[in-house]
Amino acid sequence: MLVYLIRRFGQAMLTLFVMAVLVFIGIYAVGNPIDVLISPDADQAEIAAATARLGLDRPLWEQFLTFLGNAVQGDLGRSFVHNMPALDLILDRLPATFELAVFAMLLAIFLGVPLGMWAGLHPEKLSGRAIMTGSIFGFSLPNFWQGMMLIMIFAVILGWLPSGGRGETVELLGFRVSFLTLDGLSHMILPALNLALFKTSLVIRLTRAGTREVALMDYVKFARAKGVSSRRIVLVHMLKNILIPVVTVLGLEFGSVIAFAVVTETVFAWPGMGKLLIDSIVLLDRPVVVAYLMLTVFIFILINLVVDVAYSALDPRVRLADRQG
Amino acid sequence: MSAASTPRRRADSPAARFAREFAESKLALVGLLGFVVIVLAAVFAPLITPQNPYDLGQLDIMDGRLPPGSAGGWGFTYWLGTDDQGRDMLSGIIYGLRTSLGVGAMSTVVALLVGSSVGLLAAYYGGRVESLVMRVVDLQLSFPAILVALILLAVLGRGVDKVVIALIIVQWAYYARTIRGSALVERQKEYIEAARCLALGDRRVLFRHLLPNCLPPLIVVATVQVAHAIALEATLSFLGVGVPVTEPSLGLLIAEGYGYLLSGDYWISVYPGVALLIAIVCINLVGDQLRDVMNPRLRR
Amino acid sequence: MTGRLATALLTGAAITVLAGGAQAETLTIGTAAEPSALDPHFHNLGPNNETRRHIFESLVNTDAAQRLEPGLAESWKAVDDTTWEFKLRKDVKWTDGKDFTAQDVIWTLCRIPNVKDSPSSFTIYTKAVADAQAPDPHTLIVKTDSPYPLVPTEFSTWGVIQAPEDAQDLKFKKDGCEYAGEWPKTEDFNAGKQVGTGPFKLERYTKGDRIVLARNETYWGEQPAWDEVVFRPITSPAPRVAALLSGDVDMIDSPPIQDLERLRSDASIEVAQGLSNRVIYLHMDQHDQTPGVKGTDGKNPMQDKRVREALSKAINREAIVDRIMGGVAEPAAQLLPESMFGSDPELKVTAYDPEGAKKLLAEAGYPDGFELVIGTPNDRYMNDEKVAQAVAQFFTRVGIKTSIDASTAPVFFKRRNAVDFTMYLAGWGAATGEMSSPLKSLAATPDKSRGYGTTNPGEYSNPEMDKLLTEALQTVDDEKREELLRAASRAVMNDYGIIPLHYEVTPWAFRKGLSYEPRADQYTLAMYVKPVN
Repeated sequence: MLVYLIRRFGQAMLTLFVMAVLVFIGIYAVGNPIDVLISPDADQAEIAAATARLGLDRPLWEQFLTFLGNAVQGDLGRSFVHNMPALDLILDRLPATFELAVFAMLLAIFLGVPLGMWAGLHPEKLSGRAIMTGSIFGFSLPNFWQGMMLIMIFAVILGWLPSGGRGETVELLGFRVSFLTLDGLSHMILPALNLALFKTSLVIRLTRAGTREVALMDYVKFARAKGVSSRRIVLVHMLKNILIPVVTVLGLEFGSVIAFAVVTETVFAWPGMGKLLIDSIVLLDRPVVVAYLMLTVFIFILINLVVDVAYSALDPRVRLADRQG
Repeated sequence: MSAASTPRRRADSPAARFAREFAESKLALVGLLGFVVIVLAAVFAPLITPQNPYDLGQLDIMDGRLPPGSAGGWGFTYWLGTDDQGRDMLSGIIYGLRTSLGVGAMSTVVALLVGSSVGLLAAYYGGRVESLVMRVVDLQLSFPAILVALILLAVLGRGVDKVVIALIIVQWAYYARTIRGSALVERQKEYIEAARCLALGDRRVLFRHLLPNCLPPLIVVATVQVAHAIALEATLSFLGVGVPVTEPSLGLLIAEGYGYLLSGDYWISVYPGVALLIAIVCINLVGDQLRDVMNPRLRR
Repeated sequence: MTGRLATALLTGAAITVLAGGAQAETLTIGTAAEPSALDPHFHNLGPNNETRRHIFESLVNTDAAQRLEPGLAESWKAVDDTTWEFKLRKDVKWTDGKDFTAQDVIWTLCRIPNVKDSPSSFTIYTKAVADAQAPDPHTLIVKTDSPYPLVPTEFSTWGVIQAPEDAQDLKFKKDGCEYAGEWPKTEDFNAGKQVGTGPFKLERYTKGDRIVLARNETYWGEQPAWDEVVFRPITSPAPRVAALLSGDVDMIDSPPIQDLERLRSDASIEVAQGLSNRVIYLHMDQHDQTPGVKGTDGKNPMQDKRVREALSKAINREAIVDRIMGGVAEPAAQLLPESMFGSDPELKVTAYDPEGAKKLLAEAGYPDGFELVIGTPNDRYMNDEKVAQAVAQFFTRVGIKTSIDASTAPVFFKRRNAVDFTMYLAGWGAATGEMSSPLKSLAATPDKSRGYGTTNPGEYSNPEMDKLLTEALQTVDDEKREELLRAASRAVMNDYGIIPLHYEVTPWAFRKGLSYEPRADQYTLAMYVKPVN
């Protein structure tokens, strides 16, 4: 087990390294940040001076080695645009994104699981089919368009909810969070819903498939034969077995929710790290892009690792190390 | 409980059975019909549209943003109105459908081929090959797809071919992982052991035994993934990279019309949006039924 | 032209006399862009300069039409060709209670070159200063090496910060002031540790979310109408409009053109708009070999004046303004609106004449036209790629088969600098509000030593223009300088060296009950937002 973990750690480091190389080359290929950042009034001398100030006049490999040296010491560089440590910039925004993602996930579970179970238990009923058709729409709507529609309906036409921004926040354990104030909560509903719709459809489908499979299992048949109430069968016996794959998949999806909050945050002007990322890409703010990706990849790797370990614990047939061909 | 060990029914031919089971859902049939219509429209676009919306010489900005049903300067009626460049929306939508479907189908097929070959080989050989491949897959999947496509297209520039390349790059790993997952399970089953004991060649075991058994989930994933690719292309266009502005896909039409949504010129983004939604829903309806039909565990 | 401008100004004219702070009033503004930092000298960028003006003031202020007016200096004059004297206000206090003096200005001049990691420094506006001295606390003497008429203009672009105790005797030195202490950090400004003299002071700054400003009760000038101003960056246009419509914000900048009609017809919303200092233009590569044309036997048709004239005549500018820009632009005859300094009132917009264009093309040896690619950014200027597409339509109609190569700003700039386009569409905002700015960067023959032609990658060269411009840049007398600049502008336009398309008009939208005078510099300044009674 230890050997396995050490090996995975090594691989994770390698992944991070390769990714940093790719981002360096990628951004280098896109353009020179100074072109975008500098005032159009600047003359050639000032352009050269600014390039030198940010160290962009040195060869790419040298810039990369400097970055690497600093990264090993935990310094991921300073933002070209904001003149702040890139990691601080991202961590400043992390709570906002995290909060939104958790809220969206909870929404997806609390909407998706009951609907999915209903559809699974009553596949032939109209309501069951309606849920499934609805989930197909949930899958099919382009995220940005759906967000805009939500704003149109709930903020502009009905005027029930604010159209964007984060609203009032309060300090909780040193982080600023919105969910404790009414104003903050009202700002969070639309973006969270937008982010949750796709995942809700996913949960509905997973739950329905699980329900249908579990319903055919022997132990459910036994329970029925024993005369256990169908309510108890559904809520205790089936739910337990359905939730395992749902939670596993959602665990994996959590990383992607955080990463894909990019579009939602742009549409709703939510000051999270996804929005920071888009802005940083537009401005070629390399340190922020690299730091962001490092962090995301780190989260992904961590989640994958946890899931893999959990999997091997659950299913001895999938051994972790030293598979023979 | 193990599906593969259940003997297959031999009552009728697999194709007939498949068709019968598929047709059990009326909704899926509607989806299939819609899908066929859409594909036909896309294929024969130049023959059925009044205008070639990709030819700037045939557009006139003086006809820009006309509401549906207006007559333009070219002698035909704009049934669905025009966009700000004077592009006939109906022609634009049909051509856009062509581009969107083309991009979606093309990228999915190539990604499927690349991804499943890699995944299959990895699962079959195991060991170092597998761990190397899966690290690459992990690396790939640890990048958010939108982000990879965004950076790729920023580097590559605009173009249908470039969008296809970007979509292949973000999708292949997904198939590799899917097929590797099911192959891993299949590999440990008796029939593969048996094939090996018979000393059949690697290639034969791989393609004649392993692949067919991993195929059903893959086909389902691919169907859904076409829809996903189309949506991803739309999002990329929304973010300002993707197909060229003079040859808009559905996604780009929506993105361009998105700005007019609040202003009352609803047709510019609503109609392409509806077209996109119909296309994706049809594909997903078909994919959904395929999933049910092909999942042996649900077979009664 | 002037008539239209006047109406535009009237729309947003301030009609009110405010009743000094009866109750707590908050103004919330949704902005399209956010400053990258609150350090006034960190990044020479529109949103930064806009925010800076609320907190840190300049010696010289600029009014809505970008004409100079007294700021922290109540007057200034050129003592001789290379010496300027600024008389500073005596009633100005920093928000920590200290007096504002000339030493603060010297400190600022010293600090500007010493901002760590600045991606776009203000040194371009201070490098003409050879020496700066304070004979008394309220007089500043500035010397330049050669005649330099733009000193007051350039002094309006940067904000003055407070000199610390240990810098009260610091002397200005051109090659670096000798300051033993630590220069102020950008973080200090973001955290609000540095005080200003402006009408507002920083209350709270949450990056990506909001900037909260509070009224400076000790401000020397007219008190703003707002106790508190909140700037909220809402970068996507549609949500920004939605925020205004739903009442979340009182005012927004850059409402999307598409929504203006709807906003105007909304009874609870008002729109103000005014001509900006930004021109949208087409640049043409003048090299012998050029990448973006086909069907010319390897020649670069852009070298032929007749072709350039034909291209200009092929464009229906009125149609673009009307159809693509929704009326929020005006056809351009040169690189700066005629209301601004150095712009030639005699120049006329090239008339739409497709037949004339075809004739000229035939004369130049291209009766069947050729193929052309126009490069354009797609996220930099108002409707940039849509305008480029319309231009392509017009070119295609006179026989030049034109396609569009649109990319995001960083990619566009990189390719532009690499001379990857035969023709490209771009915009130029004259930060100094006068004609030398666009001429020097866009039209002058590239020359590193003088900073000429920094945005002239196609190396257009017009010796007559270069001469006039050089002379203008050394003429301190305003009247003479304006004459020279007008002649220089004529020289470029008559040669069709650059094809101007239109001047952007900047719109603002706000709830009824407010007024705002449109500004040529496109800034949204809360102190000029007034309640209407």
